Amino acid sequence: MSILVNKDTKVIVQGFTGKEGTFHAEQCLEYGTQIVGGVTPNKGGQEHLGKPVFNTVKEAVDATGATASMIFVPPAFVGDAVMEAANAGIELAVIITEGAPVRDMQAAKACAVKNGMMTIGPNCPGIITAEECKIGIMPGNIFKKGNVGLISKSGTLTYEGANQVCNEGYGITTAVGIGGDPIIGLSYKQLLQMFQDDDETEAIVMIGEIGGDLEIQAATFIKENITKPVVAFIAGQTAPAGKRMGHAGAIISGSAGTAKEKMDALESAGVKVVVSPAEIGKAVKEVLG
Amino acid sequence: MNIHEYQAKQIFAKYGVPTPKGIIANTPDEAVANAKELGGNIWVVKAQIHAGGRGLGGGVKLAKSLDEVRELADEILGMTLVTHQTGPEGKLVQKVYIEEGADIVDELYLSVVLDRAAEMPIIMASTEGGMDIETVAHETPEKIIKIAIDPSFGFQGFHGRELVFGLGITDKQEQGKMIKFAKALYDVYMDNDAEMIEINPLIKTASGDFMALDGKMGFDDSALGRHPDIEAMRDISEEDADEREASQYGLSYIALDGEIGCMVNGAGLAMGTMDTINYMGGTPANFLDVGGTASAETVAKGFEIILKNPNVKAIFVNIFGGIVRCDRIANGILEATKMVDVNVPVVVRLDGTNAAEAAVILQNANIDNVITATDLGDGAAKAVAAAKGE
Repeated sequence: MSILVNKDTKVIVQGFTGKEGTFHAEQCLEYGTQIVGGVTPNKGGQEHLGKPVFNTVKEAVDATGATASMIFVPPAFVGDAVMEAANAGIELAVIITEGAPVRDMQAAKACAVKNGMMTIGPNCPGIITAEECKIGIMPGNIFKKGNVGLISKSGTLTYEGANQVCNEGYGITTAVGIGGDPIIGLSYKQLLQMFQDDDETEAIVMIGEIGGDLEIQAATFIKENITKPVVAFIAGQTAPAGKRMGHAGAIISGSAGTAKEKMDALESAGVKVVVSPAEIGKAVKEVLG
Repeated sequence: MNIHEYQAKQIFAKYGVPTPKGIIANTPDEAVANAKELGGNIWVVKAQIHAGGRGLGGGVKLAKSLDEVRELADEILGMTLVTHQTGPEGKLVQKVYIEEGADIVDELYLSVVLDRAAEMPIIMASTEGGMDIETVAHETPEKIIKIAIDPSFGFQGFHGRELVFGLGITDKQEQGKMIKFAKALYDVYMDNDAEMIEINPLIKTASGDFMALDGKMGFDDSALGRHPDIEAMRDISEEDADEREASQYGLSYIALDGEIGCMVNGAGLAMGTMDTINYMGGTPANFLDVGGTASAETVAKGFEIILKNPNVKAIFVNIFGGIVRCDRIANGILEATKMVDVNVPVVVRLDGTNAAEAAVILQNANIDNVITATDLGDGAAKAVAAAKGE
């Protein structure tokens, strides 16, 4: 078991024939992901990396039965691409592209929710179920199969965390990079619940950052719903307070989203919080015994 | 990206958000000419910098004669204004905004920002105008009204009613004016891909009109491509020179006051590296994210920027290669040592994609002051020791 994706997940790539799309689709294929085709408008009918290219997501879904999409289109087209996937019946869209306008993502997320499509990202490394399915840009070789679920806002901290878990002799069920943009798809709460319900996952690593209050919400959720051990690290304890022009952004949630606030909230929810990311592996060993 | 008050008011005016009349000045002569053109017998001379708290810092003053306009413009132009948002180093004032005086009977607060939890824009309003809104939120949170607006339906009548009744506005004409004001401000926010708009204070005049006495706007950097008119308002003198230089090379750099220079890929790992250095008893000298497309040239540039800081006693290069290939970083380090005089110890930890090739490159190069590390903890410990001269 694992969450969200596995060896049977059929994946298409939006922005298939572009430079980034091509490079990473190739890496995913090599990893074993079932990439069944891709979409690039006006290139329908061609073949790319040995897979069919379609003009629209609808055509691609009809022809291949894909349920997941990996999105690599340029930033200005991300909103449109997500809405197209949602309307074509895709169940999970993984948005890798960095720099999509927030207003576009706001509309795209609302459309995805309305159509019952889950999203991951944007501006994220993607999702990987170890040794089965990689939909993203992470180096696949560091994710050994095991019993630890991982959720992270940061790409490179996902790699760092997974690597330490594996070096301690454990492994990963599924790792999800949720991204740190103002509007994101699946967040800690939903993913924590999925890992809680997954038989194979025995512990969860959660990596957060300063800003916003998703980690605070996660802490409340863990206290009430999660019985599996959770290890957490919050990046940015030493980050200086930003020179913001106005104050409006920070007070929305009634908190400034400092690392300390988040660490305290998680600790009081029974989470094993580490002060340095270099301690993640050891902490996992401690909670799993 | 942020803009100045006078620029925000130019945008407001286009949408019919009322503001006092004003003209921007670069010199005391221009200030006096502007005051004459505006007419009247009372003016406000306002320093234009990208920070709040200008009034308390002495950057906003009232003039009751043209001579006073000249005196105040002369005093404020060229001053280094220190406010709670500028940091202790302050900001140099290069422009003043000359504005007609206003007859204030009440001060309110109004802003539009994204509510991340609701995933839609929110209008925030308060009767406590002129005060620091964070203080209001902390001490009297019940005095802040929050109204979320779903962009798929837009600003509706009920949003307006919630706003005016929340603010205790009972006069029907005034209600209409306030609703029109807020709706226009919401349009400014949506049309221009703003990140936030804040008006503090929003004043009520003796004649029962509402006006934006101040205006702050920040924009979504990712959307600037479709707003060339906004991009044209960029004031590069408001941005840190080193940060700006770094950004031209795809590097994200923020100076700090410690001793260990950091070069890391990814913002999360960069912060995590700073935290680890701190945990091991050292102090980070900067935040530097080399991004996803680091080349030999960008790495060399990173070294150059880090070494400009005279406090740096050691550098910690911490790369977990995903998209970034470690061999490229290793070559970048070799290049850097040729292009820049790297006169402090450099601790290098390269892991992930092509880490083995990178190790061979560094080993063969055999550079004096390069110390290799096996993992994050090991690297941070070595960097802390090196900075202490151990």
